[in-house]
Amino acid sequence: MIFPALFFYLFAAVLIGSGVMVIASRNPVHSVLFLILAFVNASGLFVLLGAEFLAMILIVVYVGAVAVLFLFVIMMLDVDFAELREGFLEYLPFGLLIGGIFLAELIAVALGWAISPNISSAVGSPIPANVSNTEAIGLVLYTKYIHYFQIAGMVLLVAMIGAIVLTLRHKVNVKRQNIAAQNARKKATAMDVRKVASGQGLRDSDAAEWVQ
Amino acid sequence: MAEIWTAYLWPLIIMVAQSLLLLVVLLIAIAYILLADRKIWAAVQIRRGPNVVGPWGLLQSFADLLKFVLKEPIIPSGANKGIFLLAPLVSCVLALSAWAVIPVNLNWVIANINVGILYIFAISSLSIYGIIMAGWSSNSKYPFLSALRSAAQMVSYEVSIGFVLVTVLLCVGSLNLSAIVAAQDTKLGILGWYWLPLFPMFIIFYVSALAETNRPPFDLVEAESELVAGFMVEYGSTPYLLFMLGEYVAICTMCALGTILFLGGWLSPIPFAPFTWIPGVIWFVLKLFFLFFLFAMAKAIVPRYRYDQLMRLGWKVFLPISIAMVVIVAAVLQFTGLAPA
Repeated sequence: MIFPALFFYLFAAVLIGSGVMVIASRNPVHSVLFLILAFVNASGLFVLLGAEFLAMILIVVYVGAVAVLFLFVIMMLDVDFAELREGFLEYLPFGLLIGGIFLAELIAVALGWAISPNISSAVGSPIPANVSNTEAIGLVLYTKYIHYFQIAGMVLLVAMIGAIVLTLRHKVNVKRQNIAAQNARKKATAMDVRKVASGQGLRDSDAAEWVQ
Repeated sequence: MAEIWTAYLWPLIIMVAQSLLLLVVLLIAIAYILLADRKIWAAVQIRRGPNVVGPWGLLQSFADLLKFVLKEPIIPSGANKGIFLLAPLVSCVLALSAWAVIPVNLNWVIANINVGILYIFAISSLSIYGIIMAGWSSNSKYPFLSALRSAAQMVSYEVSIGFVLVTVLLCVGSLNLSAIVAAQDTKLGILGWYWLPLFPMFIIFYVSALAETNRPPFDLVEAESELVAGFMVEYGSTPYLLFMLGEYVAICTMCALGTILFLGGWLSPIPFAPFTWIPGVIWFVLKLFFLFFLFAMAKAIVPRYRYDQLMRLGWKVFLPISIAMVVIVAAVLQFTGLAPA
């Protein structure tokens, strides 16, 4: 029993430490890198809980895709941190409000668990024996929660179409590549071998022919 | 005390010993695969390739290793020192850690985890960070542009690799790599491996693996004519060596993954007596090397893609085909009753 506890404290400590560094570090790129470290440690905690599928999906989706895009944006944008810090007091009440809501929810969870420890079994679906973690998720996700699953898919679809609509611009006078025409090019249409008499070069009449 | 010894320390020692063994064998294999890459490339161009160090140049990789290690590491003054030095370590360690779950023979695997294939997928999606960190921390234009390019490329092709994996997983019904090999163990031998029933996916996997490991014809990362030499321009000596090692380990991982998913892992191609006596690890290495040979030949004979062609291939050709194949494979498995329970 000592090993899981040891690893739990390791992952939890690094997770909290890197979470603090996300807001404490001065360089925004360092912040994102600490955020990634936090994600990786959270997935370590998932593994300790026996939720290995969630752990891997967390890394693939959040670390492998979302955080990369995030990092891109931060690297490309010239974020002026002095300017951001000026607005610190202005946004403080809002931040406190959100922090307060989080804190209240955490306390509610802890209280609920302290009052009736069985509460988690009432809402959760325990994993049946001899079924792997991945299968167990599939068994509830595609049966009991299929409508939520589909609605989540619709939300993502709407977000995707929205992003495309917002960024797609049909500019006029832009030279576009016609890939089909490029691929259809053959040796015969692409080049023309000619015999050129020495010291004479091609005549204008020849040139007119190849311009076509 | 005795309990701690038997329950924790002894398994730990065994696991460390196994890991070290795998690491040493893998690194020596990488040294020769690197040499093979250069030799194959040279042979296609009718050159001799490296032939000076050792008989037939067999010790060339070790000479290169010594050369890199003995040089002075130079850190550019404008670089972000911590991240600059962390980046090669990240890419090398991540590439090596994928091998923890790869079974080279029946039960010859360090960690036989349930979600082995997802683990490899996660590790390969993490390896983008080595490149981005290197490109950004160098504080130089070309590495940065190259890192952006490379990250966009790897994210794009990961999508199609993901769908290829899904089709294989539909046929197997498990995420465990050993179970994937076991599912291909039929009386048909080589014809029962998934390269044949899932044929277009094998090609898509191979091409996506080329793109994912930044190999030619998709080596836009190190397009010399445009970007000097890619995200590692500012690196030299051991840090550069780590990048190169990470790259070749990632190539080996992709070849091993292709072997496991489509070429039956450690199984013998002809499933009867004299061939099944040959140890599985030999078949595994032969198949891995066959895939690597294809990688090397692609490098030798195919010209580099343009960046827009690369993106078009990934998003407009491979993605629709692989999504369609997921639907088709699922439908066929469902309606023929072949789906694994």
